[in-house]
Amino acid sequence: MDVIAEGFKAAIALLLKGDAQLYEIVGLSLGVSLCSVAISTFIGVPLGALIGTRDFKFKNALLRVIYTLMSLPPVIAGLLVFLFIMRRGPLGSLELAYTPTAMVIAQVCLVTPIITGLTYNIVREKADKVKNIAVTLGAGKFEVLKLLLSELKIGILAAIVTGMGRSLSEVGAVMIVGGNIKGKTRVMTTYIAQLKSMGDYSTAIAVGIVLMVLAFLINSFLYNYQQRDERL
Amino acid sequence: MFKKKLLTLGLAIIVIMSLFVGCAAEKKKEAAKIIGTIRLATTTSTQDSGLLDVILPDFTYKTGYNVDVIAVGSGEAIKMGENGEADVLLVHSPQAEKDFVAAGHSPARYDVMYNDFVIIGPKNDPAGIKAAAPNNAQAAFKKIYDDKVTFISRADKSGTNTKELSIWTKLGLVPSGDWYIESGKGMGDVITMTNEKLGYTLSDRATWLNMSANTDLAIVTEGDKDLFNQYGVMVVDPKKNAQINAAGALAFQEWILSADTQKLIGQYGIEKYGKALFTPNAAAK
Repeated sequence: MDVIAEGFKAAIALLLKGDAQLYEIVGLSLGVSLCSVAISTFIGVPLGALIGTRDFKFKNALLRVIYTLMSLPPVIAGLLVFLFIMRRGPLGSLELAYTPTAMVIAQVCLVTPIITGLTYNIVREKADKVKNIAVTLGAGKFEVLKLLLSELKIGILAAIVTGMGRSLSEVGAVMIVGGNIKGKTRVMTTYIAQLKSMGDYSTAIAVGIVLMVLAFLINSFLYNYQQRDERL
Repeated sequence: MFKKKLLTLGLAIIVIMSLFVGCAAEKKKEAAKIIGTIRLATTTSTQDSGLLDVILPDFTYKTGYNVDVIAVGSGEAIKMGENGEADVLLVHSPQAEKDFVAAGHSPARYDVMYNDFVIIGPKNDPAGIKAAAPNNAQAAFKKIYDDKVTFISRADKSGTNTKELSIWTKLGLVPSGDWYIESGKGMGDVITMTNEKLGYTLSDRATWLNMSANTDLAIVTEGDKDLFNQYGVMVVDPKKNAQINAAGALAFQEWILSADTQKLIGQYGIEKYGKALFTPNAAAK
């Protein structure tokens, strides 16, 4: 218990001191996560909505693939991306290995299936009802899609926040493709792992606290947004 | 309503701050007149000792090259060199380094600095290793083997692991069994594991000094010439691929072997631990 108590005390002190390295690491974590979730949303939401409103030949097979990819182990995503971007790999000339860009790419691979799958499920439930009403009001195919997305805002927002949670807490993929390089690719999760292996538990707890507080803030925002819309 | 506005504001501040941090990192680069970046593959023990954090800014200042430090085990670092994934290597596995040069992956290896390994175990030394062999690594290992004392091995082809295996080889023994734990982890993690299991392990002195305060362990064997730990630097053959920064790699090699840097290395640790963590031994030019 001593170690943990000492750790918390030192953690508060560190946070109040405003350590520059810590801010850099937190900033990069947020940057990489926000970037990858944004890209995943642009791909995943329309894709999920499309699959939810249409029937086509390989729909079942595609859904099985998406559901499997939703629980893709992050280390596998990291390994695959690394094999492509390493110097010896097919995309080696782009010099992407050990950069934040590579981390975003790996996280997009992980988060897009999640957002796609969750959006598909939300859309599938309500799609017919909304489509029928929209068509009777004279909406074209594109307008139906737009209306669908706006009606299902809350559910889709929940999918995006799930994706955000996944990307903020991810360690394996960003460690493999990023390398935890000081000042360049070090994020909160890889830093915590490094601190633990160095035996620096107090700083590890400090960074852990920051990570949890950020997750809480982001989720509180969604919760409040959800509540407000329900009241309407 | 106010609560929601507050939360939105909080989130907006976080998003803007993270954008600023990204831009600030760019500005720092311009201030130091950076002309390029090199990728240095080195060992976890070199990084965990804290030496690189102290001396690398001097390199960037003198040459204008930023250094991306990838800290893995010596084995993986050498593999990265073979694959052309790194520009220059700083490792401590002399035989593997010589093989690397012989196979043509690098033009030459050079001695940089040395320190030593120590065998550590629980403070009260229940297996009596210190009493039996305070200065004899082979005797200590033999006793650990005979008495089936819990021993944690790096088991990751690192420099430390290679040294450990070389001692077993000298004794003609092949360790195996429940007492011999092959962890596959870095030095810091292995020391933590050794502490938790109250076993014994081989560690480089620098990482040990960094971590000793948080453990209930102590040195049981030291000072044997078998525990000598030599670090070497090698540039990777630039013909391997177009991304290797040959000029930067050579600049790093020259810098680390230079008299000024050797002096810096020799001073590291004196302030914090009372004695230097590494002894520089680059050949005088």
